[in-house]
Amino acid sequence: MKAFGRFWYDFIVGDDWTIAVGVVVALAVTAVLAHNGMPSAWWLLPVVVTIGLVWSVLRAAKRT
Amino acid sequence: MRDLFLFLAGFLACTVEMVEALTIVLAVGVTRGWRSTLIGVGAATLTLAVIVGGLGPALTAIPISALRVFVGGLLLIFGLQWLRKAILRAGGVKARHDEDLIYQRQLAAAQAAGDQQRAGLDWYSFTVAFKGVVLEGLEVAFIVVTLGSNQHNVGLVALSAAVALVAVLAVGVAVHAPLSRVPENTMKFVVGVMLTTFGMFWGAEGAGVAWPGNDAAIFALLAFVLAVSLALVGILRRPASVVAP
Repeated sequence: MKAFGRFWYDFIVGDDWTIAVGVVVALAVTAVLAHNGMPSAWWLLPVVVTIGLVWSVLRAAKRT
Repeated sequence: MRDLFLFLAGFLACTVEMVEALTIVLAVGVTRGWRSTLIGVGAATLTLAVIVGGLGPALTAIPISALRVFVGGLLLIFGLQWLRKAILRAGGVKARHDEDLIYQRQLAAAQAAGDQQRAGLDWYSFTVAFKGVVLEGLEVAFIVVTLGSNQHNVGLVALSAAVALVAVLAVGVAVHAPLSRVPENTMKFVVGVMLTTFGMFWGAEGAGVAWPGNDAAIFALLAFVLAVSLALVGILRRPASVVAP
């Protein structure tokens, strides 16, 4: 069971869990904004995803 | 057009996973014989059918907006980690996926393994083929169920997976060798860009936002994600660019 959980974690989340956390937080904030009179908050997710991806890639490159 | 993207994303992602499964099965079958290996493949296929049969209907019971934000988030996380790895590989930071090398390693392991018989089967062949097909197959099932359920079009993505399976099997049987000429690294890059795009679009839509231009926003997002990814590859390829503190 532990190995099965590990497989899914590696498959979906992969090497950098901070990306997953960033996506979950960004989606939650988007939902809060959209349901409180800001349905035009579409820009938040692309901004967070871009910052998260750039940060994660450059951090991985620095480590090697 | 959205269906075409859906089909293409499913086909490319499933092809990549199936090429990896084929490499494992070929290495074990060629080295230790086909009977136990193919029984392992059959048992894995049945296991996958049971898992997908249970998971698919369960997902359709979730309300569409909750499904979109949940599946969109999953796709986005999954797509981003594919894209991250693909960018690091394309930028020369991470070793490229080499199907030939993996095949040789599997061959050596299969030759070195002991001869243990259980239930009339070569246990090594059975378990390695079973595990390889189940693990890669679960990844295919995840892609089909998440991509398809979000658009209530599991059939289309399942069709793309079936076409990928037939293509990989046909080429595998014809060449009887690992499909090292399939541009796996490029395909992973493209799939990463597509899954990230779909994940952002569906995730935000499920969270309740209205995209400007509705479906047309997918093209703008796709171009944006591709531009950011290529820019990152360019930065990584510049000598001593980000390595300096």
